[in-house]
Amino acid sequence: MSSTDNFGVGDFDLKSLLDPEAAGEVSRVMQICNACRYCEGFCAVFPAMTRRRKFDEGDVGYLANLCHNCGACYHACQYAPPHEFGVNVPKALAAARSDSYAAYAWPVPLAGLFRRNGMFVTLGISLGFALTVGLMLAMIAPSLFWGVHLGEGAFYQIMPHTVMAAIPMVISTFVVVAFVMGWRRYWRHTGAKWGGVADLIDAVKASASLRHLGGDSSSGVLSGPGCPTGNDQSSNARRVYHQLTMYGFLLCFASTSVGTIYHYGFGREAPYGYFELPVLLGTVGGIILCIGTAGLFLDKWRLHSAVKHTDGLGMDYAFIVSLFLVSFTGLVLLVVRETSFMGLALAVHLGIVYGFFLILPYSKFVHGLYRFAALIASAAETRQI
Amino acid sequence: MLTDSVQSIVEKSWDIVVIGGGNAGVSAAITAAERSCSVLVIDIAPRDMRGGNTRHTRNLRAVHDAPTDVMTEGYSFEEYWDDLMRVTKGVTNEHLAEVALRGSEALPEWLRERGVRFQSALSGTLNLGRTNAFFLGGGRAMLNSMCQYAETIGVTFIYDADVSDIDMVDGFCNSIDVSWKGGHQMIKFKQLIAASGGFEADLDWLAEGWGDMAKNFLVRGTPYNKGRILRVLLDHGAQPVGALDQCHAVAIDARAPKYDGGIASRVDAVPFAIVLNKHGERFYDEGEDFWPKRYAIWGRLVAGQPDQISYAIIDSDSVKRFMPSVFTPIIDNTIGGLADQLGLDPEKVKSTVDTFNAACPEGPIDQMVLDGKGTTGLEIDKTNWATPISSPPYYGFPLRPGITFTYMGVAVNDRAQVLMQDGKPAPNLFAAGEIMAGNVLGQGYLGGIGMTIGGVFGRIAGSEAARVLNR
Repeated sequence: MSSTDNFGVGDFDLKSLLDPEAAGEVSRVMQICNACRYCEGFCAVFPAMTRRRKFDEGDVGYLANLCHNCGACYHACQYAPPHEFGVNVPKALAAARSDSYAAYAWPVPLAGLFRRNGMFVTLGISLGFALTVGLMLAMIAPSLFWGVHLGEGAFYQIMPHTVMAAIPMVISTFVVVAFVMGWRRYWRHTGAKWGGVADLIDAVKASASLRHLGGDSSSGVLSGPGCPTGNDQSSNARRVYHQLTMYGFLLCFASTSVGTIYHYGFGREAPYGYFELPVLLGTVGGIILCIGTAGLFLDKWRLHSAVKHTDGLGMDYAFIVSLFLVSFTGLVLLVVRETSFMGLALAVHLGIVYGFFLILPYSKFVHGLYRFAALIASAAETRQI
Repeated sequence: MLTDSVQSIVEKSWDIVVIGGGNAGVSAAITAAERSCSVLVIDIAPRDMRGGNTRHTRNLRAVHDAPTDVMTEGYSFEEYWDDLMRVTKGVTNEHLAEVALRGSEALPEWLRERGVRFQSALSGTLNLGRTNAFFLGGGRAMLNSMCQYAETIGVTFIYDADVSDIDMVDGFCNSIDVSWKGGHQMIKFKQLIAASGGFEADLDWLAEGWGDMAKNFLVRGTPYNKGRILRVLLDHGAQPVGALDQCHAVAIDARAPKYDGGIASRVDAVPFAIVLNKHGERFYDEGEDFWPKRYAIWGRLVAGQPDQISYAIIDSDSVKRFMPSVFTPIIDNTIGGLADQLGLDPEKVKSTVDTFNAACPEGPIDQMVLDGKGTTGLEIDKTNWATPISSPPYYGFPLRPGITFTYMGVAVNDRAQVLMQDGKPAPNLFAAGEIMAGNVLGQGYLGGIGMTIGGVFGRIAGSEAARVLNR
């Protein structure tokens, strides 16, 4: 499967997006794996491998993003170090994957954000934003900022709704464009083919259940062994934490969407009552998001050192931490919204949310984008056979 | 000065010590520990390379009368029996063979109950999905699950521990000498189970059976199977079984590592290629039968050629008919150029290829069946899948014999007790796995039968050793 397909837009070189060393190691390892194939039952990566006889850059980008880094194949590998073949598939794919995030980033000059310390970038932007918003509000009308506001429209006495909505409108437009361009770069680089809606449905199912983190591609939801945790044991903890994070995030997103409908559709202004839909969705979503991200953080910390690709870890931790802060500050706002700390809590929460979304295309969030694309391509390939 | 953990292991009087931490040894250990025995498993390899050849395995061959979730259709005892008799040509202990085959039926479920996961066969499995149950992730994953289970029921494992001698009087084993953690220790036990594999990694010992040609063999199996325990047992009067030169050997890529190359070193090109020796001559019918039925004879065939080397040559039409190899084939646009790169006489190879091509029948081959597309009039005809080697570029794979495991071992009875030269069973010594596989496998090979023998006799050894202790 070469990636020579050209849509007639020669805006980047398909052959030299990835770091040659990272791509070369994947190619070397995959040639060994392809002559062994013992791991074919673990996940989608190995069946995809068997459909190829050589592994060029596009294939590396595809396989790297199809891998969920569960580590099962490393612990099962007869050729893992200290064997002279030195096969470590999860680590090789993790290195290529973290490199591919930068390679697919748009606009291209911002790719460097991936290659710098992710923790610094994310937290820096988020906190900077929070401080800016807070300071602005405090300077403009300190008495309003530190006042107690109750009832409909309370939030908008701190910051007018037009401003509060306009900022994310601008940010999300940018984010959507960046995502579309990133997706396009990924799709062209890997030579993926669109096979139809059925592939999309397959990919949604695989994402909804996180089947490929189960350690056994034939098993159902949570009946697989899960990811190895070292010492020959496996656990579905990471799978559970990831899904709490994902569904928590989606619930929070739903909360915001419902709030927007309330605002524009029914003319009802936030804050809403504790048992109204936007607050219920946001509260439940926020709590499970907090649990999920905290669990992922600890799980990543404990991840077997042999399969970690340390260069990409800063970005991983940064994303988890900022996602935790988004939900945690949202919950804090809920608690203090009828006190004089509401202004501060709102400023911090909004700042972190804005910052989070602004750097979304340059954060670990993109793993969802490219993995979803890889799952679609994998479903399409499987169907063709 | 011994550390506490070392001291507690050395000074304990174990119910059962198992030498060898592969499938057979761990099966024995689990069985005995489930009967409340204290069990120590000693592996000579470091933990990362533990388990002997089990690390390189992928499946076990098991009787099943109806399809299971991991094996298609049925595979009756009678069919299994016929397969075994065909490959061994009757060189087997029929009673022990029956024990192994009968015992195979319960193995997959027994392993599954102890945490081993199986998968349905997908690809690269040589069409063994009907007869064999495949471990999810292969033998190392299977062994990881078994060891993890064994530890939870109290089995102790030590690694990097080399058993150098057994204190053995008239077949009774008193203790073993172990080099471990930089010192020599004596470990005591009531029952001893030898599950320490064959001697394939000792090229000098192989040379006793094969002569000097053994130095050109590659050892596809673990480098830790040097047959130390087998030698000790034979020296102490255990009865040998099997011929010195019998082993599971296949033709593997000559560029594979000297030891431990495993499955990835295989080359499946032969049925679609012509295979030449160093003089540029064909020497056997490459298309005799399907590869799964023939791969196990090619190690011996290549071993019989000068310098124990040969070369599979194939063209670009046929190169996609088999699984890719771990080593990129040697490629050239002309037959002469390829011969030159392989170090063969270009004129001779060209003439061999031309003669072969001229003898090929018309029309495409069908690799899914024995298509009967054979050459005519050659000194050695290729009887199936004969098609001219005429589409450049041309590909060459150098081949050498690759030994996976040896068959010569100690004789046992159906209680897995080691038999002494007088035919009597040793009182507290059992054997399981490759060290006694020669009782069943006198010659030839069936994919997955090594794991069957190890699992069945491992369980027998463990339960019999426990039974002697009234557990």
